[in-house]
Amino acid sequence: MTFCTLTIQQAREGLRARQFSSVEITRVFLTRIHELNPTLNAYITVNDDEALAQALAADARMARGDDTPLLGVPIAIKDVLSTRGLRTTAGSRILENYVPTWDATSIKRLRDAGAVFLGKTNLDEFAMGSSTENSGYGVTRNPWDQTRVPGGSSGGSAAAVAADLCCAALGTDTGGSVRQPAALCGITGLKDTYGRVSRNGLIAYGSSLDTVGVLAKTARDAAIVLSVIAGCDPLDSTSVDTPVADYPAALNGSIAGLRIGVPREYFIDGMQAEVTSAVRAGIEQLRQMGATIKEISLPSTHVALPVYYLIAPAEASANLARFDGVRYGLRVPGNDLIDTYGKTRGAGFGAEVKRRIMLGTYALSAGYYDAYYIRAQKVRTLIKQEFERAFDEVDIIASPVTPTTAFKIGEKVDDPIQMYLADVFTLPCNLAGICGISIPCGFDAANLPIGLQLMGKAFDEINLLRIADAYQNETSWHMRKPVLS
Amino acid sequence: MAHLTAEEVEHIALLGRLSLTEEEKARYAQQLSAVLDYAVELASIDVEGIPPTATVLAAHNIMRQDDLPSLSIERDDALKNAPRTDGISFEVQATFEDRDA
Repeated sequence: MTFCTLTIQQAREGLRARQFSSVEITRVFLTRIHELNPTLNAYITVNDDEALAQALAADARMARGDDTPLLGVPIAIKDVLSTRGLRTTAGSRILENYVPTWDATSIKRLRDAGAVFLGKTNLDEFAMGSSTENSGYGVTRNPWDQTRVPGGSSGGSAAAVAADLCCAALGTDTGGSVRQPAALCGITGLKDTYGRVSRNGLIAYGSSLDTVGVLAKTARDAAIVLSVIAGCDPLDSTSVDTPVADYPAALNGSIAGLRIGVPREYFIDGMQAEVTSAVRAGIEQLRQMGATIKEISLPSTHVALPVYYLIAPAEASANLARFDGVRYGLRVPGNDLIDTYGKTRGAGFGAEVKRRIMLGTYALSAGYYDAYYIRAQKVRTLIKQEFERAFDEVDIIASPVTPTTAFKIGEKVDDPIQMYLADVFTLPCNLAGICGISIPCGFDAANLPIGLQLMGKAFDEINLLRIADAYQNETSWHMRKPVLS
Repeated sequence: MAHLTAEEVEHIALLGRLSLTEEEKARYAQQLSAVLDYAVELASIDVEGIPPTATVLAAHNIMRQDDLPSLSIERDDALKNAPRTDGISFEVQATFEDRDA
């Protein structure tokens, strides 16, 4: 049996039936990571010793009859979520030696559910990017074509799941950072509703947009992880006290009568034709399964990108002020305190992070605040209202995830606007605070995966996951694997 | 067309506490101008009477007793990741000069 291809569901079944132990499968994953990671660079830090200890503890718990949703299941964690005792870099050299003394709430919930942490995955520095090329620890390579990017910012998590270097992984999604790499790596990526999962312990980028999400091999696995990490948290005042559903139990395979809206603004000039046709075919598949399809309009879609690239950098410029070389991280001594701040941050941050701090600082500065930041927030209201009106008519919105399949490493690195356009279809979901998922729906002629995006109203993860799971019952795109030596 | 001058870039970098090289200043002047040009599109949208969205949640104040001392971290833990400490506090350069010295 090839343990590495196990889904969470299969891993739990096998562990429960004593077909294998957690230590056994954890060792197999660690061996594969050490074999493939030098090329793929999906992990920044491999957690060998602790993972085996966690696996041993999980096996002992199972021997006592314990049965929790992730007991003994090896997973990976995006390196922007704080893990007690395990280095957390946020992909930045400024945090090269940072070891958190406490767990993020989502991490604590995974621990309590019995998960085994294989390691911390690569990302664009502070989750700012769409290709993982902005990492301070080198680019991650797409398992489907190693000359191409895996997407970003959760590119390490996406590549690790696609290359079977874990059963599933946590990611974060501020503007598409779970869904876009999931699409480019041919896996399932869930961005839950803002407030569904605690952000406590997530190193902040854009606080009104940041969400903790799941990268998995199936929608069912994403549902299993969501059930574990979702819920209100006194340590995050923006986590919402809405009941957490038993998401896996809600996956009944039936989508009959569900109304799906297809926004015409999500099919634009310049898109790769193969993406358009695969997404259209995926929507047709849903129709054949019993959903009703309706064309809708989200007229402000084209301004989501400038809105996002004012609001997110503005929030980032405030959030990243904490990296001042005093309490943690790098310090480069200067002539006085201000000089120390500048030298520390100038040396510790990479080019894209500095670019966004500059952009955000400008948008918030006197004289420009109303014209840029407040105006962007007002247009954000329009975008949110358009989604609310759309959801009066339909239950789910279907669209492409990205305009193209995975692009070449280096192709867009010197052109911020071209890079930002990779997120043009994923940003609106974050601005509106709703939930979305990316599922594989085809491949292009170069055998690169294509993703179908489904978006649901706030806190309607049930319908989102139900439709994604039903689609995966009827199709096999999500089961294709890249060829890796 | 937004065209950031070298002085503007330097001013923003100071506000953002970023020491930049001359090469970075030139590059950011050009790239930030390009991004801001893209944002010009927003100026054409009618937002009369539209309130800004700072958060998608129906935000309201949450009051509670100040009774969660267990959430605090120990001093030694707080100092563990600091670049310079004297064992009981973070060490930094003086913020203000001592004029009497």
